[in-house]
Amino acid sequence: MAFNYDEYLRTNKMPTLWCWGCGDGVILKAFIRAIDKLGIKKDDLAVVSGIGCSGRFGSYIDANTVHTTHGRTVAYATGIKMVHPDKTVVCVAGDGDALAIGGNHTIHGCRRNIDITLIVINNFIYGLTNSQTSPTTPRGFWTVSQKVGNIDPTFDACKLAEAAGASFVAREKVTEPKKLEKVLREAIAHKGFSFVDVLSNCHINMGRKNKMATAMENLDWIDSITMPKKKWDALPEEEKINYLPTGILKQDKDALEYTEAYQMVKDAHQGKRGKITPDDFKKKI
Amino acid sequence: MAEKMQLNEVEVWDGNLAAAQALRQAQVDVVAAYPITPSTPIVENYGYFVANGYVDGEYVMVESEHAAMSACVGAAAAGGRVATATSSQGFMLMIEVLYQASGMRVPLVLTVANRAVASPLNVRGDHGDMYAGRDSGWVQMDAFNAQEAYDLTLCAFKIGEDMRVRLPVMVHQDGFLTSHTAQNVHPLQDDEAYKFVGDYKPYEEMLDFSKPVTYGAQTEEDWHFEHKARQHKALFDSAAVIDEVFEEFKKLTGREYKRVESYMMEDAEVAIVALGTTVETARVAAEELRKEEGIKAGVVAPRVFRPFPFNEIRDALANVKAVAVLDRSAPMGAMGALFNEISAAMYTTPNRPLITNFIYGLGGRDFPVSEAKRIFKEQKAHADAGYITTPIQQFSGVRGPKLGFFETKRS
Repeated sequence: MAFNYDEYLRTNKMPTLWCWGCGDGVILKAFIRAIDKLGIKKDDLAVVSGIGCSGRFGSYIDANTVHTTHGRTVAYATGIKMVHPDKTVVCVAGDGDALAIGGNHTIHGCRRNIDITLIVINNFIYGLTNSQTSPTTPRGFWTVSQKVGNIDPTFDACKLAEAAGASFVAREKVTEPKKLEKVLREAIAHKGFSFVDVLSNCHINMGRKNKMATAMENLDWIDSITMPKKKWDALPEEEKINYLPTGILKQDKDALEYTEAYQMVKDAHQGKRGKITPDDFKKKI
Repeated sequence: MAEKMQLNEVEVWDGNLAAAQALRQAQVDVVAAYPITPSTPIVENYGYFVANGYVDGEYVMVESEHAAMSACVGAAAAGGRVATATSSQGFMLMIEVLYQASGMRVPLVLTVANRAVASPLNVRGDHGDMYAGRDSGWVQMDAFNAQEAYDLTLCAFKIGEDMRVRLPVMVHQDGFLTSHTAQNVHPLQDDEAYKFVGDYKPYEEMLDFSKPVTYGAQTEEDWHFEHKARQHKALFDSAAVIDEVFEEFKKLTGREYKRVESYMMEDAEVAIVALGTTVETARVAAEELRKEEGIKAGVVAPRVFRPFPFNEIRDALANVKAVAVLDRSAPMGAMGALFNEISAAMYTTPNRPLITNFIYGLGGRDFPVSEAKRIFKEQKAHADAGYITTPIQQFSGVRGPKLGFFETKRS
């Protein structure tokens, strides 16, 4: 029997506002399957979304959801997680949301390694506001704010998250819904900050002016710039810059999670343990 | 040298394009922008003008509205003519920096397509963002249609940059109702418009290396108060310059602006006070009611919201018996802000009209002529009775049970 998504959706909100062929639906479904397989109850799940097309996630999923301000998902989610360390907290944000206006919160969520999963729906553009350059728009691409070609360098979002201290970092794409589901499952199950860069299409507001006017052309382009990490690792160094590796790029299961670290603070104040010293941590500086 | 654009005597522009054309004609040096509905096309059009050589300025896309306004303040302090645009959440994010701009006395222009403030999330128009800026120390002007958005944006540069003012200026227009509605606009030709605005004259600019200056120096209890007092005075004093600029603009175009716009107020017995596109709705209602029912209705609209035209409001409403003040912003535990200010002004006159407050049109809820007429008629009933016969604050156009607060106290 086909998987019944309706149990996890607010069906009265359907059809979605997303354009035909948008990758957001693939991500939404992969996310629902991941939650289902992990056996997470809707009541134990908080989904925090920001502004942009990705912001609709919080409206469509029938869990505890917050549709927040532009760029602040991780900040809101941090509050939720600190109050409910036992619940599953997932942020969904676009590339503009998570990496530009909310870049600061993303970095510090990673640094604290708080047990939140941040799904960045990366379509390489500000889609909802009609095609302005985002922090992941490739150089040389047409955008409405740079019509002769974008000159701004791009973030490698995964490298950013890794360097900032996220203990789980992965990249997947909407052309691999099965793999995407698996990566999301592992990200959510991982204890610590999980950063998932999901490459998605926006053929309407990015593709059309960049010679990939259909969803398929846009998806083919995504396939052409990605390869599994193992294959990518084997590439000569000078070729690596032309591809984005997919799959799990980092997982550190031993890294101290923030709500657990915070419990140490509580215990220390309540005299259940001594003061916290550098000896409590593996990483000294 | 920037290319000139040959404009028709009448152009069909929406409010966003009208504002963008004014920015182009003023030859703004720097626009730093972040996109937000419904003001995005202002900076988008400006970007198009830069790309096609119609402006010599720089167009900088940044990572948030906070960064946009910060970059604008930096550029203005460095001696450039600067402008940007925003709405709603973007405006809220800029607020910290709005106070920086006015405190540093840098003249820059912010064109705002007014939109409701979340939560709940809403992209449609109301005046929540405009009201949130009212204590920020900026001159705030309000356009009721696309023509006015164009005219006032040109005036904004001239007002803010005047050496007697040196303050930042906002020009508001209603999100979607003005920003996205194509209307006839009579523009000036490029040379005329630029001549009207004039060359930018830097003052204490940071890039004069022979004379280094500090913007935003720290003051505590020693000088902060004096600084704020001077700033407040400068804002009130800008009224005279605004009048001068409006006068000069009238000579050039024949289009007359006043800090308070009065419509059919000569013999009016009842009046509506409002902002934005609603002013035009109320004017239509007033005209029709005069014809249909002989009610002497008039409309008063603050063209300039800051500095608040205290005197002009007192003059405009000197002879009316009942006034409805319309606030298109959720007042949240108080009377509407415009109501409070109008009431404060009228309290200090021998004629204290009966003043009631309507909260209306939140989040883009339509405000039809029929509702404006109903409100006028209610004012007529107050005037005839000699006291306020309804709650003092009412919600107009909200679904559910009728919502009203506070009754008149009659001894």
